[in-house]
This record gives sequence, structure tokens and C-alpha cells, in this order.
Amino acid sequence: MRSYLPRYEMRAPMDLGEALDLMQAEPGEWKPFAGGTDLMVLLEQGKLEHRRFLSIAHLTDLQRIEVTDAHVTIGALTTYSNLQRDSVLQSEFSLLWKAASETGSIANQNRGTLGGNIANASPAADSPPALLVYDAELELICRQGARWIPYARFHTGYKQMDIAPNEIISRIRLPRSSKQWRQYYRKVGTRRAQAISKVCFAGTAEIAEGKIRDIRIALGSVAPTVVRCVKTEALLLNSTGSSRIKDAQEELASEMSPVDDFRSNAKYRNRVAQNLLAEFLLQL
Amino acid sequence: MSDRASATVLFTVNGRPQSMTSHPLRRLLDVLREDLRLTGTKEGCGEGECGACAVLFDGEVVNSCLVPILQAQDVTIITIEGLVQNEKAKLLQEAFVQCGGAQCGICTPGMVVASWNLLERNPLPTDDDLRSALSGNLCRCTGYTRIFEAIKIASGKLEQAAAK
Amino acid sequence: MTQRLMGSSLPRTEGHSKVTGQARYVDDISFPEMLYGVTVRSPIARGRISKIEFDPAIPWNEFTIVNASDIPGRNRIVLIADDQPCLAQGLVNHAEEPVLLLAHRDKQLVEEARRAVTLDIAPLPAVFDIDDAIAEKQIIWGTDNIFKTFLVEKGDVDSAWAGAYAIVEGEYHTGAQEQLYIEPQGMIAQYDPETGITVLGSMQCPYYVHKALMPLLNLPPEKVRVIQTETGGAFGGKEEYPSVIACHAALLAKKACKPVKIIYDRGEDMAATTKRHPSRTRHRTAVDRDGKLLAMDIEFTVDGGAYTTLSTVVLSRGTIHAGGPYACPNVRIRSKAVATNHPPHGAFRGFGAPQSIFALECHMDRVARQINMPPDEFRRRNFVHEGETLAVSQVVREPVNLEQLMNRALELSEYRLKRERFARENETSIIKRGIGFASFMHGAGFTGSGERSMGSIVAVEGTKEGMVRVLASSTEMGQGTNTIFPQIAAEALGIGVDAVEIVTPDTSVVPNSGPTVASRTCMIVGKLVESACLQLREALIQSGLLQPDYSPEDFKRACSEYVERRGMLKCQSQYSTPPGIYWDDDKYQGDAYATYAWAVYVAEVSIDSRTWETRVEDFVAVQEVGRVINPILAMGQIEGGVAQGIGFALYEDVAWREGRMVNNQMTNYIMPTSADLPPIRVYFEEIPYEYGPGGAKGIGELPIDGPAPAIVNAIENAIGVPVGRIPATPEVLMQAMEGARV
Repeated sequence: MRSYLPRYEMRAPMDLGEALDLMQAEPGEWKPFAGGTDLMVLLEQGKLEHRRFLSIAHLTDLQRIEVTDAHVTIGALTTYSNLQRDSVLQSEFSLLWKAASETGSIANQNRGTLGGNIANASPAADSPPALLVYDAELELICRQGARWIPYARFHTGYKQMDIAPNEIISRIRLPRSSKQWRQYYRKVGTRRAQAISKVCFAGTAEIAEGKIRDIRIALGSVAPTVVRCVKTEALLLNSTGSSRIKDAQEELASEMSPVDDFRSNAKYRNRVAQNLLAEFLLQL
Repeated sequence: MSDRASATVLFTVNGRPQSMTSHPLRRLLDVLREDLRLTGTKEGCGEGECGACAVLFDGEVVNSCLVPILQAQDVTIITIEGLVQNEKAKLLQEAFVQCGGAQCGICTPGMVVASWNLLERNPLPTDDDLRSALSGNLCRCTGYTRIFEAIKIASGKLEQAAAK
Repeated sequence: MTQRLMGSSLPRTEGHSKVTGQARYVDDISFPEMLYGVTVRSPIARGRISKIEFDPAIPWNEFTIVNASDIPGRNRIVLIADDQPCLAQGLVNHAEEPVLLLAHRDKQLVEEARRAVTLDIAPLPAVFDIDDAIAEKQIIWGTDNIFKTFLVEKGDVDSAWAGAYAIVEGEYHTGAQEQLYIEPQGMIAQYDPETGITVLGSMQCPYYVHKALMPLLNLPPEKVRVIQTETGGAFGGKEEYPSVIACHAALLAKKACKPVKIIYDRGEDMAATTKRHPSRTRHRTAVDRDGKLLAMDIEFTVDGGAYTTLSTVVLSRGTIHAGGPYACPNVRIRSKAVATNHPPHGAFRGFGAPQSIFALECHMDRVARQINMPPDEFRRRNFVHEGETLAVSQVVREPVNLEQLMNRALELSEYRLKRERFARENETSIIKRGIGFASFMHGAGFTGSGERSMGSIVAVEGTKEGMVRVLASSTEMGQGTNTIFPQIAAEALGIGVDAVEIVTPDTSVVPNSGPTVASRTCMIVGKLVESACLQLREALIQSGLLQPDYSPEDFKRACSEYVERRGMLKCQSQYSTPPGIYWDDDKYQGDAYATYAWAVYVAEVSIDSRTWETRVEDFVAVQEVGRVINPILAMGQIEGGVAQGIGFALYEDVAWREGRMVNNQMTNYIMPTSADLPPIRVYFEEIPYEYGPGGAKGIGELPIDGPAPAIVNAIENAIGVPVGRIPATPEVLMQAMEGARV
């Protein structure tokens, strides 16, 4: 039941500066509107609560991918298609690359942006688990300046974020590593393509002399926010991985709180997450 | 409409420049179908899932039901009606007819647009390429078999034409 | 008659207009001054309307508002039982039940207005479960919540148990399935006090809509005109439901004196319109030492939702198909269609047969396992042959060789080899593989005396230009009506297909050839097209204007001259029952269908034991269909039907909450994408059926009967535990495997 358009407003600021000015002048009044793949669906269903939007999809400042020795920094308005075209992401951050290729259809990948997806804060989103295991940081900017926060601290609760009404997510920064990381990403959805995930698992591990030196595990769709499973990681440190599967699975279960919904149920999500952990550890 | 709820947007559709004054959040799909009377682009779901509303937007496939008209500023749009004017795309359309790639036809315009875009980027797609490129275009009638056949035949014909 | 056109893949007549975006569907059409209509619906499943409130913020005086009291005639959607109101008055019996209609020039504002109407409904206890309905927890329909029952008896089932070598029981469940045509439902109505009502829209059966509009509006037949527009998929979902929208649009158009368009948005279409009837089937089967069937005791129950709609006929077809292509001496089928407070369920390709065939074919595999017999051997020993009788005591009077179909299907799919290989590999593999099949038949045309009662008519007409026009109410909805009718006509007349024109189904122009359902369009109506054309040809020859060995040019000239001289050249053919068909409606016995198409489908699956996700890796569909008129169109029907069957088996799940569908979005109701489907391999056999055009039987519904049981049999082969229900989602499989461990 589509929304009544006259109740809504959208402007396209000339540049990032104008957008930030408006958000500063009337904090909370204006919300950024990126590729529209989430917001237009809400509008169509009569569920879009906010009324005034700033169209920022055209701001090229926020569409660049910059590579330095230490980091890859992705502009928040980089589309999923453009993420997949970047060779450094493909070789060094393959889990994010994979997540991008599994996010909706090609048509939606051409419009959907990484920043927009993060701001939409769905616990079932595909990229966040990858961002978590890569220790991503977000840059939030406002008229007064910029701040960086670890992505792990960005989502504070279901659809709750550490972002002020006058701030926009501008960049996502991933620290590069010279180490060899094993990488694993698996999204279990309702079908092969165009699927919302029931469980999403991202894992990276650094192995030396057969033991886990460092390990990162993140899960989507099993809690009100995407989760980094730090207790499970701690348990697995210095083990071979496959020797501690059962214990690690139990620990993982304690770090999740999956629900029953019309897509799946808690028991399934729980079991599958544990099985994916086992699959990851057996590959190490 | 008040000043605040209206915008004038300039864009090109099928080679023709357009100037549209509209609510900025009006869907590109509705502007095409209602204002420009280009009814070839269809609405199947209104949520970007079925692909029946697919158009080319600066050379990329997008679901026009999810594009607010304000974001079409300076964009080059091609709809199914525009593809008909393209001699090469016509080979694809003919292949669809010959192979039975269209049954009820409602998904067909979006499917042809997406297939055409695939062939532009990947002239010799494998079955796996087809499966993933077209996973955003839902067809309830065909089971996709004949659609894939049509694209492969068209791809062969285009290769031959290019070779000459 | 030479067969130069029959059997050739003539390209789709309207193919070019479809691939260029020129085809005009109902939402592509507009009229001056046209208003947009929307439906205000009940938010709850059962209750009494106490108050309707209109938010004063809306300029209601600009709106056309229609409620039940605006209905000039009967507040009913006329179909079979006439129990469904057009607009609820007082009581509501299902979520999304239409209560009020609004129309306005502004498409946006009319939606806002819809939100601004509050229906105050005092809830009444509702029934959502088949057993609760039967137990009469609440009486929600009639005196006992039962729309219809059937009893089929053959031989003496109760005498067979004592002597049985084995008795096997099973219970099987199928869920609701949404047709999910990609074009949502829609109608445009126009009213003129002089000429009456004209409705155009997306539909399968213009004459059903015509029949429903007359008593609602109190108009005689000549003042109601129904025209089908290009229809973007239907699959049964646009068989009876369009009458509801047509009635709504007509009421608004009459009150507003302006054209009114109603187009459902996808969420509304999914939540409010009909779905496949959910079913529960219980089997009790006795076999002898050699694996021969001694008795089948079958209880088949479907959930019809809140009103009858077509439940009686769905039940009928499901009942008749419940015993399958087997010769079993003793059969009892007790079937029921029950009322619940869900939106009424309705027609969907297969129409009861996919449900009862699912149960039967899963059960046949189960019986085979119980007696340690390979499933194919078990079928072989029980397949029906010409001269033997089906469950409804129909003597099979056509050649049928199911063993041969099965052998071919099993060979093409490498069934035996794979079964052995998978059994070995599954022991250690994380991906479990399985292969399974289903053997089945589908009766074409209406049951029993249905076709005779309908008395379908087709007319053909010669024009001054020498063309031939075919006038039939059969609709094109993607299956190829508008291509095979010219093929059949041109073949019969000895002319080219471009000399034949199919007239748009418009009730003011075409006769009633019956609805476009029940796999009857080619076999029944196509035959009438053929016979009408043969009459027209004969008329021309008799007139002396045409010599028997004529060319297409001669025909054109003769036709043109005839029309010039005599003013009109028109012939009509009406259905007459083939000889020897006898059906007893009381005992539910006899020749249920004039003919059957026979098939064996094989599915190969892989299941990831970590996630219980199932993938269909290969699919082989072998069927005997009389005669393939147009191979590409026929293959398209099988491929599309199999794809829907795969959806039915694995992915398509309606999530109900308090009687309302809550996953009513394409994001959340999962149909297969191209990434989910294997190549579907289709093979035809032909044993011509005497009374079909060129020997053709019906095939539209056949392909959706086989996939679900073939897939579940394959899954059970892979994981070694019974599943018995669809959709066999990963959650269901996990449950089945966990349950088996305990």
C-alpha cells in the first residue's frame, strides 16, 4: 500500500558540504538517501517513517576506493557492483568481495551502496560479517569534523547505531595485512540468489605451525545486530581448530540469540551456525 | 504541488532528451509508464525482486521501481522500446521469439534488457554466467530453459555478425 | 489430411509484440477521466463489523465510495455455491475480505484514503486448522464446516486387510501455494446507462466474469461485455478470482459514471487472492507377497478457506487422481473439502491432483521400502494396462505403456546406476545425493459429464478479404492458445497460418467455448476449432466455389467470393461427448475423463548435510501426450510446470499468522530463480488420441503433478528418513533427521 508522496520531500545537495550544512542546520530533519534499494521498498509499502531526504547517490567524493600500504578505504557510496570490480578487494578482502556478489540481484548491486547497507542496519545484511572480521572502521562526518569508530562498535542494538542526527557515514577503512589469512564466507539463504540470509558466517584465521595464531569470526542473522564472536575466537586461539570443534560450537551457541521468524527458526539457525563453524575449522 | 515537493529533472530516454517536473521520489518506473507513455517496462512486484521493471541506466541494469526520479538527473536511460531500435538487440529479440523464450510475456521486457546488458559485457556467456546474471529476473512461465537457449543463439549470431 | 503444420514449432503469434514491449496488458491501458479504485479489507479473520470510520483529513466528498448496500442485485460472486459476498456486510470470514471500495482520480491519494478508513470489527473465534474445522470447534460455514465430500468405492477394501502380506500407513501434507503470475491482477470497468457495463482485464475465463456481473448488477447478458486483455500469467489464479475484481470495478464505475481501474499491488495480490488448497492425505495400503496391491484406503482432505469458490471441483479432481495409474482391485477414497477462516483457496494448475498425487507417489515408495522391493519394480507390478480399471472403476480404453515410459525415464536419468553410487558415496560424503521418481497421469478436460453440460462452442468466420477468423472464448495466457489455434485451423483448411486470425476473447463477439482451464484448451476446444473449420471448408466446396484440390490462393478467392455473394460465411461447432463415455455422479464411478496423459518424472537431488539445503541437480520428464502440436510450446509447458513443481516441493511456503499471509512479498515468498533450477530435460511419446485435434491430449497441468513426489522420493533416498510434507524446506529436513535420531 504505497506511501502518499506529498508527505515526503527529497533534495539533491550540490555537494557533500551542502548536505552537511543542511543536516547541521536541522539535525534529525534530513536523512541521507543513497541508492534507494532499501528506502524505496519501504516507501512502496507505506512503511517509510522519515519524511525528508537528501539524495546523496551522486556525490562522487564518497564513491572512491583508495589504496595505501596500510589500508583500503572505500567510499560509503560505492555500489556493490563497483566493490566487485576492485582488484585489491578481490585479492585481499575476498570475503567482502564475495558478500557483495551475493547481495541481491545484479540490478540491485548496481544501485545498492555499502554505506547505505550499513546505515540500514539489518542484522541479516551480507557485508557486515565480512567487515567485522576485517576490523573495519567507519568514518562519520558532520559539519564540524570527522571521527573514526571501529565498525564493531557501530551497531548498539537492533536498528540502533552510534551516529548522530547530523552525521553521515563517509568511508569504510580496512587495514591491510601482510600475513596469509585463511578466509571463509558462507551465506545460507532461502534460495541460491536474491535471498535474505538465515545465517551468514564470515571467518578468517592466521595459521602458523599448524596452530591458530589469530582468528576472527562474525555471524549475521543470529542476533539483533551482526556479531563478532570474541569468546569463540579466544577459545580457539593456539589450538589446531579441528581439535576443539565441539567446545567452540558450544561457545558459539552462547554468543548467538537467533529467533523464530517466518523465514526460519532459532533451532535451525543455531545448528547451521555451528555446522558452518565446523566447516570453517576443518578447512584450516 | 509546492516548491519543496517538486523537482525538474533532465535525462535522456531512448535517445531523446526529457525534462520532467515531478515529485522527486516518484518512481522512474511510473514516470516512464505514465508520463512518457512507455508502457513496455512492467511492474511485477514494486520491491526490486522480479526484474520486470529493468531498464538500462547509464549502461547498467537497474530496477526502475526502486529509482526515485530525482536520481535520474543527467542519466541516459534505455527501455525495451529503445532496444528495438538497436539492430543487434533485435537479433536477441528474434531469438526469444524463435526459441519460445517468451510465454506470457510480462517478464520479457525486463528479461531482454538484462540479457542484452549481459551480452554487451560478456558476449559468450556460459550457463553459469546466465544463471547468475539473470537471477534477478523472475519468470513464472518458462523455467528459464528457453530463455537461456535464446540468449546463447543470439550470442552466436552476434559473434558471427562481428566476425564479418 | 496432410500434416504440414501440426508438429511444427511455429513461432508464437504474439511473440514479436511481447519481446518489443508492445503487448498491452491491463495496466498499460488508460481511458480519459479514469479513476483508480482500491479495496478496503478486513484486518482480521473473523468478526462482526461494528463501525466504519473515515478520517476527516481526507476530502471524502471527492471520492466514490461503494459498500454492500450499493449493489443493485445480489451481493454474491456467482460461481458454484454462491456463498461468497462481493462485499462483506456484517460478518467477515477471512482476513483481507473486501468491505468497502474507494475510487479517485489521484492514484496516490486513493491509497492514502485506504489507510484512512478504520474498520472496527469485533473478533469472533476463528478456525484455521483442518481438524478444528472437522471437530466443529466453531461452525464457520453451513451447518458443519464441510463444503463437500466424496466417497469412491471399488471392490471391498475392508475384506483385504486380513489376507495382506504387509499393511503400510502414511500421512502426507502439502501447503498452500501462491500462483505468483508476474502480472498482478487488474481490471478496468466502464459503465454506460444505455449500453451497460464493459470490463477489460487480466483473466482466464471471460464468461465466468460475465456470469458473475449479471446478477450483481441486475443486468441482462447483452448489457454486460467482458474483454480479456493480454494476460501476464495466470495458472488458475485468474480463473475465478477476476470475477471479484470485475464486480468491484463495475460497482465503482457505475456509481462514479467514470471508467475505473483496479490494479492490485503485489502484497495485496498475495495476501488477498486464492492459493492452492493445502491438503492432508492418509494412506493405508495392503500388498501381497509379490508386491501386488490388494487394497488402498485413502482419506483426502483439503482446506478450502472461508468460501466454497471451486473447492468442490478441486476436491473432485484430487479424489479421482488419488489412486493413481495403478490397477488395484479394492479401493476406497473418502475425501472432504473443509471450511476455515483463511482467504478462500482456489484454482492452481493441477487443481487437487498435485496434492493427492504427491501423497500417493510418496506412499508408493514407502510401501516398496517396507517390502524391500525396488520402487520401480513395485510400480511395474501394479501399473494399469488397457482393459484394466482405475480407482474410480474407469476402464482404461486407450493404449498405455507405463513400464516403457518408466524404463525410458530411468535410463535417461541413470536412475539405477546413480542409486547404487549414491548409496555408497553418501556414507562418507557431506553432500548427500538421492534420486527418485513419480509415475502419474492427468485427466484432460472437465470431469465426467462436465464437458457435456458446458456444451462449448467455437465459431469460425470467413471474411471479405479471404481470411478466416476463429471465435472462441479460450484465452492466451502464455501457454500458446493463439498459436496452436491458427495451426489447427490452417491445417484443417489447407491454408497458411497468416490467413487465420484469432479474435480477442470478447463476450459480445465470441461464443462460450468454456473456461481456459482443466488442460482442455487444445484437446477439447482445439478439436472444435478443427471441426468448425472442416465445416467451413465443406461449405465452400459444396457451394461450388472451391474445388477439393485447392491451393491457399484458391481458398482465399473462394472465401472472399462467398462472403461477397452471400453476406456471411460462418460455421459453428459444439462439443459432443465421444462415444462410450459414461460417468456416474452419485457413485463417483466410471469414465472420469475422456483420456489421460501419462508420465514418469525423475529428480536427482543433493542435500548439504550441514545446512539441509536441497538442490535439484537434474530433472527428466517423460510423458505420453497423444500428439505434440507445437514442440517448442509443448516443451515450454513442461519446463514451466516442472519449475513450479520444484517451487512447490522445496521453496514455496505461505507463512500464516492468525489466518493472514505474512510473507506476502516476493522477497519473502520464495519462488525459484534461474540460479535454483537445473536444466529440465523433456521427452515426449505420442499415442494419438482419436478425439483430440491431430491426436492431441491435454498437457497444461500434467507437469506440475510429478516434480514434488519425485523430489521428496529423491530426498528420502538421500537421507534415509521419511519426510512426507512439502515444502521440504531445510528446517523440515533438519527436523526429520533429528527426529529420526532419537
